[in-house]
Amino acid sequence: MTVTLVRTAAPDDADRRRPVPAILALLLAGAAVLVLAAALSVAFGTRVVGWNDLVSAFTTDADGIAEAAVRQRIPRTLLAMLVGASLGVAGAVLQGLTRNPLADPMILGVTPGASLAVVSGIAFFGLSTATGYIWVAITGAALASAFVYGIGSLGRGGPTPLKLALSGAATTAAFTSLISAILLPRVDVLNSFRFWQVGGVGGATYTKLGQVLPFLIVGALICIACSRGLNSLALGDELATGLGERVMVIRVAAFVGAVTLCGAATAVAGPIAFVGLVVPHVCRLLIGVDHRWLLPSAAMVGALLLTVADVVGRVVARPSEIEVGIVTAIIGAPFFIYVVRKQKVRAL
Amino acid sequence: MSVDVLAAGRTRRAVRRRGALATLVVLVVATFVVTLMVGQTFYPPGDVLRVIAGQTVPGASFTVGELRLPRAVLGVLAGVAFALGGVTFQTMLRNPLASPDIIGITHGASAAAVFAITVLAVSGAVISLVAVVAALATAMLIYVLSFKDGVVGTRLILIGIGIAAMLQSVVSYLLVRAATWDLPAAMRWITGSLNGATWSEVVTLSVAVAAFGALLLSHSRRLDLLQLGDDAASALGVRVERTRVTVIIAAVGLIAFATAATGPIAFVAFLSGPIAARLVGPTGSLLVPAALVGALLVLVADLAGQFAFGSRYPVGVVTGVLGAPYLVYLLIRTNRAGGSL
Repeated sequence: MTVTLVRTAAPDDADRRRPVPAILALLLAGAAVLVLAAALSVAFGTRVVGWNDLVSAFTTDADGIAEAAVRQRIPRTLLAMLVGASLGVAGAVLQGLTRNPLADPMILGVTPGASLAVVSGIAFFGLSTATGYIWVAITGAALASAFVYGIGSLGRGGPTPLKLALSGAATTAAFTSLISAILLPRVDVLNSFRFWQVGGVGGATYTKLGQVLPFLIVGALICIACSRGLNSLALGDELATGLGERVMVIRVAAFVGAVTLCGAATAVAGPIAFVGLVVPHVCRLLIGVDHRWLLPSAAMVGALLLTVADVVGRVVARPSEIEVGIVTAIIGAPFFIYVVRKQKVRAL
Repeated sequence: MSVDVLAAGRTRRAVRRRGALATLVVLVVATFVVTLMVGQTFYPPGDVLRVIAGQTVPGASFTVGELRLPRAVLGVLAGVAFALGGVTFQTMLRNPLASPDIIGITHGASAAAVFAITVLAVSGAVISLVAVVAALATAMLIYVLSFKDGVVGTRLILIGIGIAAMLQSVVSYLLVRAATWDLPAAMRWITGSLNGATWSEVVTLSVAVAAFGALLLSHSRRLDLLQLGDDAASALGVRVERTRVTVIIAAVGLIAFATAATGPIAFVAFLSGPIAARLVGPTGSLLVPAALVGALLVLVADLAGQFAFGSRYPVGVVTGVLGAPYLVYLLIRTNRAGGSL
């Protein structure tokens, strides 16, 4: 056995496969809630906007401050939904791929990898185009997570949650120092970087959406194409091979898909922690462990979580706002601890 | 015969330990003096020694006595404090990666200090106090959260990483809210720096190092016995939980005061223990050797950060960049051996 991880809920894994009509009903209900959340996200924000202004923003050409604020919230909401969906799917794929319940873009070093790549790109190679950012971020994310996973899976027992989390934390610490070393002498880059670093969707524009959308679509398609393979992987490498799956091909493809999703999301919204961790767990509870249903539901719940977190961040700190990355970290860290406590962690 | 062999081995290890300790002391003193000599103006060792002795030397009295000396002393104290705190946790949890700068305790102190500065607008000793209370609270929170039929090291480390991530985002948030003119000062709370060291900081930290350091040293035997495992340690007469709590309080206090004075200097807590273990070999307590290594690391890194590159870097950036490859090496080696992970 190479897998040392024991999920406490394992005994009822088999009957967590719900009937299809029930899943469809849940997905529909989720979609309805998501639409509601999107409406809330447009209606509520840092600036309090009356009903009349809200209506006139959509029906007239009026160009007051209220209307402008409302119109600005539309791309912001779309971006929050896209980023949340991407991170949710990426998290689900990474957890299935590594068979590790703590796998998350942040813990696997994807986010710091993307940050380091973007910062070095700006500082040393004069990187300035948005598409360039995305490519560089994806490359950095892929390299960093492959590195973390490689180190974490050395030795006995393969990639255990502890080894992965430690090598992720260590790599993050190392990358953070490198980022500071690059940034400190360059005050102008530092100033813009500190805003990127917290992770937010406030600066959304339609142009940004257009630039990141192709990457997200490609990543999502790859992930969806892998969903059946991920189901086989969940049975263990030997059994999956016995079922005729090409394990390595699935691994690499799913990895590329997930990294594309979270690299692109990070490039456009900055590092947003814990969404990729929390969402798949919630979805597994609701939908079951079949990746063909898990991935779409993770996209939906991820979009929902990020949209709601963004609204909360805008409303609680008026007249200022709390970036969505901070809200998700505050929600997500307790959840991470809960998952750790539920694991049967082996004594040293 | 075999007794002779054992005795010879023991003597050899003791000699090696003494040699390594002496070398470390010499290196720390030498680096300390060099730190005082070099800078915008160079002062010969004679001037430096006379300033330390309390005589008035034109020029040097101010530059060395008021600028370089507090900086160097603060560096030594912070190095000692971080190293002692780090090696204590590493010994207690029997894992080189379980250092306070990875499991979130430093982050707790850091977040509280940034909060105190940017939101409460306090300064001086109050910041230290807030940081210490927060670090203790963080450590207690991690301990309580990982308590489930006893504390398992692995669970504690994982939960610490989660807490660290959350606190990190709090620091990021506070920094975004900070005014632009506060930014260079605020960056200190991400990287750690000795810039602007003052005598009052030195006094606060030296009291803390003396008090908590003495407490730790008096427990060093019991700490080493704890490494054998809780059952063996209690069979040997160690009151396990009480020792653990005392030692944790002392280590957290050291980390918190040091973080409040200099910000979290990356990797010093993490690196000092393993380096010291390499140098002195497998004998005796690691506390003193690690403290010396910590002081040396901070002094050398600060010297390099000030003068070795085109622009001046705070000490934490240098230790971070130096520490990163070692950290990766350590991870690879530990995982290969399949040992403590």
